[in-house]
Amino acid sequence: MNLRRDVFQAIADPTRRAILLLLASQAMTAGAIAANFDTARPTVSKHLQILTECELLGQQQTGREIYYHLNIEKMKEIADFIEPFRKMWDDRFNHLEAIMKNYQSQK
Amino acid sequence: MKQKTQIHAEDGKQELLITREFDLPLELLFKAYEEPSIVEQWMGTKVLKLECHKHGSWQFATSDAQGKVVFRSNGVFHDFIPNQKITRTFEMENTPFDTQLEFLEFEKLTDNTSKLTMHIVYRSVELRDQMLKLPFAQGINMAHNRLQEVLSKK
Repeated sequence: MNLRRDVFQAIADPTRRAILLLLASQAMTAGAIAANFDTARPTVSKHLQILTECELLGQQQTGREIYYHLNIEKMKEIADFIEPFRKMWDDRFNHLEAIMKNYQSQK
Repeated sequence: MKQKTQIHAEDGKQELLITREFDLPLELLFKAYEEPSIVEQWMGTKVLKLECHKHGSWQFATSDAQGKVVFRSNGVFHDFIPNQKITRTFEMENTPFDTQLEFLEFEKLTDNTSKLTMHIVYRSVELRDQMLKLPFAQGINMAHNRLQEVLSKK
């Protein structure tokens, strides 16, 4: 099994999805993010760690503070994850269409 | 522009819908599912068995460039109504994926166009999501391999 964290598993959790939503508008520190949740601070830290490991979040040091921000490229991958599946079927059906058009003209 | 092939996969459901409109008369579209030699062409697979009738079974084998079988699938037709409907099961052999149920509906749109609606039901939501991600994961692997190729040439 792949030990690296799965991004889809990461976004399956509602708190983690809320964190991503929160960071969509601005970069925030762990403390500021945690202030938005009733959960214990270490729990939020754990969520941030998982999201960072999946590369959905990036960190940037500003002075003494670490700000978390969304990794847009990675987010885009998730938004488009169904596209390769659609493309696979589209290619297959295009192939079918081409073969049958050829078949039709031969008759 | 409207895409010819569309996927509808609602969140949290163990099913999905694939629709496609073809620039083909209905009969020709259906033939592509009925004639083993044509199935072999567009699916890029070898047809070992294709019994096109109720309770008939089917089996396909896909080989790599060296002729080694890499993938085998099989199933049973629950319904096979020419130019209308195919209900079948689909199973990938030697994989952990459970059998899926497929409802294929064929419709005439005009004399020269037709529509296929594929309704696939999986055993669980997790399995459906896994199947949806399969080409995505492979795409990432391919991109990764290509990157490695490019890098190793430098």
